[in-house]
Amino acid sequence: MRKTIAGGVGVAAGLSMMAGAAFAADPIKVGLLEDVSGDLGVIGIPKLHGSQLAAKEINEAGGILGRQIELIHLDPQGDNRRYQEFARRLLQRDEVDVLIGGITSASREALRPLVNRFDALYFYTNQYEGGVCDANMISVGAVPEQQFSTLIPYMVERFGGNVYTIAADYNFGQISAEWTRKQVAELGGEVVGEEFIPLGVSQFGQTIQNIQAAKPDWIMALNVGAAQDSFFEQAQAAGLDVPMGSSIKIMLGFEHKRFAPPTLEGMYAVANWFEELDTPEAEAFKARWREMFPDETYINDMGYNAYVALHMYKMLAERAGSLDKDAIRGVIAEGDACVDSPEGEICIDPKSQHTSHRMRMIEVDADHTVTVINDFGVIEPYWLGEIGCDLTQNDPDAQYTPTSLPQQ
Amino acid sequence: MLAETFAALYAFADVVTFLVLSAAGLAIIFGMMGIINMAHGEFIMCGAYVTATMVHAGMPLPLAQLSGAVTAGLVGVVLELTVVRHLYKRPLDSILATWGVSLIVTQGVLITLGSTYQGIGTPEGSFAIGDYSYSIYRFVLFGSAALMLAGVYLLFNRTRFGVHARATIQDPAMARALGVRTNGIYAASFGIGAGLAGLTGALYAPTLQIVPTMGVSFLVEAFVTVVVGGADIVFGTAAAALALGLVRTVLNGLYGQVIGQIGLLIAVIVIIRLLPQGISGWIRQRRS
Repeated sequence: MRKTIAGGVGVAAGLSMMAGAAFAADPIKVGLLEDVSGDLGVIGIPKLHGSQLAAKEINEAGGILGRQIELIHLDPQGDNRRYQEFARRLLQRDEVDVLIGGITSASREALRPLVNRFDALYFYTNQYEGGVCDANMISVGAVPEQQFSTLIPYMVERFGGNVYTIAADYNFGQISAEWTRKQVAELGGEVVGEEFIPLGVSQFGQTIQNIQAAKPDWIMALNVGAAQDSFFEQAQAAGLDVPMGSSIKIMLGFEHKRFAPPTLEGMYAVANWFEELDTPEAEAFKARWREMFPDETYINDMGYNAYVALHMYKMLAERAGSLDKDAIRGVIAEGDACVDSPEGEICIDPKSQHTSHRMRMIEVDADHTVTVINDFGVIEPYWLGEIGCDLTQNDPDAQYTPTSLPQQ
Repeated sequence: MLAETFAALYAFADVVTFLVLSAAGLAIIFGMMGIINMAHGEFIMCGAYVTATMVHAGMPLPLAQLSGAVTAGLVGVVLELTVVRHLYKRPLDSILATWGVSLIVTQGVLITLGSTYQGIGTPEGSFAIGDYSYSIYRFVLFGSAALMLAGVYLLFNRTRFGVHARATIQDPAMARALGVRTNGIYAASFGIGAGLAGLTGALYAPTLQIVPTMGVSFLVEAFVTVVVGGADIVFGTAAAALALGLVRTVLNGLYGQVIGQIGLLIAVIVIIRLLPQGISGWIRQRRS
């Protein structure tokens, strides 16, 4: 009897010790909102895979601050209402330590008010139209000063100053078109036509005629989603033979893998990542990815950014010694929050919490081979800092554009 | 001037063709049989996937397209026998059931075949008039739309099957009493509707990105064309496509696709407010 009681006490003590140990080793919860079905599922699946690869690598190397990380992924299917519903669930019920995700700028803008209300830390992992000055958000993708300030001068010099913009009709397309207008005008060119397309539209007979009537030297292609991508097939079939530039084609949408050649011939883009990048670091990264996901159609830039984001989070949390948002921002404010990524060393800018990137220009030829034709080196995300966004001083939670600047 | 006129006519024909081909199968399934078929887009997707698969396997495009249409038709017959058959008297439940089928099929294709499918490319050939150039394949689409309407007209108005089908829809009990096998007629009509939707997917397959959700981009146009057209399959569809196509082409040309789409939907609201039986119903009323 005595023995039983002693044994019972022993078991209880053991259990409580295990509970204590389990508490210290509770996993870090990472909330992921990535579209893996719906119109954007095609380009969203590599994002989920990028996060999964990074989580596996980090966990095998001992986790973050000695704790394993656990991904909680929900699929909002490109629906902004679901984004809000799921973000609320992740932040409120699952109490995730960090939120990562969102593809379209519309989904990001649907998420930000919630992220701010819960005062959470949020990584946005897409290239985008730039301008978000929000202390709760860290932007991992490329922005216009990295993509348009490199692409547009090249296109104007090589092909001419008459530009026709086709863009998806929502904030990304509208603001990117505004950037194009501004930069083309500064270079002495002119936007000879501009057309916004509702998401989901797949027929472009009229658009192709409008382009032929306007006779542009090149097209800025900012169409989004599988339906709108049919533009390329229809333009090619109609014999529309005009060079195109874009901030989202090839490296993000891998249209050159989805359409039969030579549909994407003459497409130019500037990117921090594309699967054809063949530096030793990039090759090693691609090998690790393909070992885990052998059937991946293409490792796109958003997938790559999602991978980098988790490693960035690990670096920030371990330097801060905590998962606390303000402690992590303290590390960013030191100005040397950098990670070694497959593209090279990239750093978070303290003023805007956007990321520097090594930018390269790619060209697609008739058999859809991608060639690097220009290396711009590392470009800082300088625009927000120049117009007065300084998150180390204040937090306006706003998005600025060339025609909507902060009030002095 | 000639070039501009031709360009405008081409743009009009392009929009009308899309409306006619989107709506053709649905006009039978919804317009005639009264099934609000939310899986219409998935029949279109089925036609496109089968066509692309066959072309990748080395089959010539026209044969591949035919097999796409036939496959979609057979799938339609199976769906009629297993699901739709039990819901003729429960139209609201048929919305739910076909919508469920649509979701299952879309996600099933995504899971089994992946998020993207290698395109097959539009057949070569284009020509130019003035500043404008055109894909010859688009004219194949125009012709197909006209032939499809003519074929449906002949089938339902000039054949014994057509008489039986119309009799079955109007008064199934009387048709049965006169010896018509109504069960077979229902299955065949549904299959023909599904097959036409599959043909639409097959015809557009070379020009579109082939993805599991591609059917959705046809769905709005299909339903508004059938609703505006009214009960007469051929005449209603043609009239609705011409009327809505005119509105959309003019607005597209003047103000771009956003206004074109808004204008199309406003036109639909106005027409069904003024002509609740659709264009063909209104004309029949005026005649009688």
